[in-house]
Amino acid sequence: MNYLIDRRLNGRNKSAVNRERFIRRYKEHIRRAVKGMVAERSITDMAKGGDVKVPAKDISEPGFGYGDGGDWETVHPGNKEFVRGDKIPRPERGGGGKGGSQSGSGEAVDDFVFSLSRDEFLSIFFEDLELPNLMRTAVAEAQDKKFVRAGYVKEGTPCNLSVPKTMKTALARRIALGGPVKEEIESVREELEAALLEGKPQFFIEALRERLDVLERRLQRLPFLDEVDLRYRYRVAVPRPSARAVMFCLMDVSASMDERKKDLAKRFYTLLYLFLTRKYERVELVFIRHTDEAQEVDEDTFFYDTQSGGTVVYSALELMHQICAARYPKSEWNIYAAQASDGDAFGADPAKSARFLREYLLPISRYFAYIEVPDDNSPGTSSLWVEYDQLRSADLNFAMKRVFQPQEIYPVFRDLFRKERAHA
Amino acid sequence: MSPLSAYSDRTNGPLPHGPEWDFELLERYDRVIAETAAEYQLDTYPNQIEIINSEQMLDAYASSGLPIGYPHWSYGKAFIRHEQSYRKGYQGLAYEIVINSNPCIAYLMEENSLMMQALVIAHASYGHNSFFKGNYLFRQFTQADAILDYLVFARRYVMECEQRYGMAEVEEVLDSCHALSEYGVERYRRPQPQSAREREARKSELEEHQRKQFDDIWRTLPPSAPASQIAASGQFPTEPEENILYFVEKHSPRLAPWQRELVRIVRKTAQYFYPQTQTKVMNEGWATFWHYTLLNRLYEKRLVNDAFMIEFLHSHTNVIAQRGFDQEGYRGMNPYALGFAMMSDIRRICEHPTDEDRYWFPELAGSDWGTSLDFAMRNFKDESFIGQYLSPRLIRDFRLFVVADHVGKAELEVDSIHDEHGYKRVRRMLADLYKRENQLPEIQVTRYERDGDRSLLLRNQIYRGRPLAEDEANEVLRHLGRLWGFPVRLEAVDAEGRVDGYREWRP
Repeated sequence: MNYLIDRRLNGRNKSAVNRERFIRRYKEHIRRAVKGMVAERSITDMAKGGDVKVPAKDISEPGFGYGDGGDWETVHPGNKEFVRGDKIPRPERGGGGKGGSQSGSGEAVDDFVFSLSRDEFLSIFFEDLELPNLMRTAVAEAQDKKFVRAGYVKEGTPCNLSVPKTMKTALARRIALGGPVKEEIESVREELEAALLEGKPQFFIEALRERLDVLERRLQRLPFLDEVDLRYRYRVAVPRPSARAVMFCLMDVSASMDERKKDLAKRFYTLLYLFLTRKYERVELVFIRHTDEAQEVDEDTFFYDTQSGGTVVYSALELMHQICAARYPKSEWNIYAAQASDGDAFGADPAKSARFLREYLLPISRYFAYIEVPDDNSPGTSSLWVEYDQLRSADLNFAMKRVFQPQEIYPVFRDLFRKERAHA
Repeated sequence: MSPLSAYSDRTNGPLPHGPEWDFELLERYDRVIAETAAEYQLDTYPNQIEIINSEQMLDAYASSGLPIGYPHWSYGKAFIRHEQSYRKGYQGLAYEIVINSNPCIAYLMEENSLMMQALVIAHASYGHNSFFKGNYLFRQFTQADAILDYLVFARRYVMECEQRYGMAEVEEVLDSCHALSEYGVERYRRPQPQSAREREARKSELEEHQRKQFDDIWRTLPPSAPASQIAASGQFPTEPEENILYFVEKHSPRLAPWQRELVRIVRKTAQYFYPQTQTKVMNEGWATFWHYTLLNRLYEKRLVNDAFMIEFLHSHTNVIAQRGFDQEGYRGMNPYALGFAMMSDIRRICEHPTDEDRYWFPELAGSDWGTSLDFAMRNFKDESFIGQYLSPRLIRDFRLFVVADHVGKAELEVDSIHDEHGYKRVRRMLADLYKRENQLPEIQVTRYERDGDRSLLLRNQIYRGRPLAEDEANEVLRHLGRLWGFPVRLEAVDAEGRVDGYREWRP
């Protein structure tokens, strides 16, 4: 008997678990490769998967085998001119003609290369990263409600009717009410049979028959389903803490931010953006770019549009504050912000910005990160850095870093968003 | 009633042919192929033919074709490697995979054309299937009825161990077992352990025999050392053990019971594959011979048309192409080509023997080809099959020649070619290529110091001066040491019994 089965609809990712194990085992190699990829990539390619190379030596599975040397004979097909006793110079690599049935030993030397999918890439990329300080006070200001099951009740709307529970109740009722009647029917019936056997008088038998009839009709009147059987699922509202977050991305796009610096800043934001969109379904993003005036833009414009002009950092901070006031009240939202600039601010702007930041923005923010992309790698002397530096010691929820080369972006990023150990 | 007439009642003319297949058509093809196979008395397990897509085929590749496997990173590695080379176009996928089980499961790729599906059904479901059922190695070493259940058990067991003892622990044991899996097979059947009743019966039989044979004169002979004395001298095992994993499973002083069970699982899986490694040429040759014969028979019966046949022959010649040693893409002997040529040659010798054939194969020439071929399929493995049946004619057709690479000589030498002097030697050498000693160094457990430091001594019998691959041997020894838990030594012994090399691993 032969069977023909269509298996095409069965699961296709049977090897996924093994693949995942392989990746876990060689995580170190993969992590190193991912780090290298981030430094090399353009912004648009950032979130693609990539090739990872693992040296063949590291993943070989050993087994006993023959090394070079010793006597060998091999048989080959396709002889054209050889006759017995012909001498052939030994090929370069030792060992010459090793068993024809073995596939050449040269194969295994290549590095083992494989592709990470976008998801795998990102999960390694953002491993151990977390938004700091999230949810700390959000619980107290709970706004959201969630309905949870809380047993059964006798009244409710039809859509909440619980059929299994109702049927169970009905069954219980029928047993409870019908039981004694059934017992009585049984006894009357026995009595009747006995009476018939003994030849009791007719009226006596008639009376018994009538009694039986009454009882049976009573049993029949027991409804299968009664109003009192109905049971409804009950739900109560339980307040739920909200973990809504909004992330402000502030970027300086003034003339002093040349392409290199903008590229650095954008790389940082790209990482941030990928991180947030991956990690949180409920994070809203606000992109603000500024020259001497600030604009709220959408993500495409933010990353790919070019613009230039003067620099007023203050304008961006002010816009952020306005937006917060209008759309993201502190009581309902966890507010985060990251700012990138080359630190070239003039006149009163740096001091004013720092003050504004301290007085208005830091109190409402969970975390504020500042990334500086300087002209050269000298220690921080930019006017904005000097002013911001004073905030650093005072405020726990403020962090700042300098980034000079693309390679530094990833470590700095990791540093800023490292998982809080204390809460982990 | 001949199958031919039985069939032609039902249809008029050939079966439909075209690039697209559907299930109804496959069933019809399968039915005629089954009827044709019955004409030739092919004895098969019931068939289960499953259609899969390319991704599922890649999955199947990664687990060496087994439908169920325990999780391990090395399968992930295999999967990634195949997937990579498939996506980049370095490698096509097989048209089918067939599993030695009862019912015999054959996976067919959905991409195959209708002709290809018919070819593959003939090849796998009737060719390989009958080989699995008939060949002595498969009969001895694999239980087709039980393999799927065992795989399910193995998977569940490994996963339970992972939960209980941790993934890393399990992985460590499996890694070490995998390094030794080639040394975890029985090459010869172990005698079944006797039950108490059998032992008892045998003992009384022996006593009865001794009683009948009693003669006082035997007492006058000087006593020889009884076998038990060797055992008493502390030498253990008394006989060298070539199944290293078996020895580890039974005697490792360190392994916990669950770890022993893992060793056993790897050992059993390796054992399941052992017959396949020893019969590659025969198995493929047999299956190729039968798809060729069956489909040609369909054509004779006018059940398939010319277009089908042309397409079939195109694929068939691709499968059995043998490149010369100096041609691009030469990868040694093609088992399909050699196997198919030998199987067809046996039929030729039976049906149309030449004088040469009569001299070389007196018992084959003129015999019934079906019976002779069936006998060859049942009772040989690659090494003995080639040693027995490779004819001078095939040696000439393939233009085989032997190259000797001896360590003492500066140049390689052509040892023999396809001439009168060379036939026997070429045949012997080709057969030897499929010998296990040629593929794997011989290594056996010779001593276990049960009462001393519990160390384990392995012996590598050096075969024709070929040394072990250094680095790998040390790695494997480390793995073995991990399973054993006490010092492990490996000595290399040359043909005269002198110890030639020595390495050791200590915990």
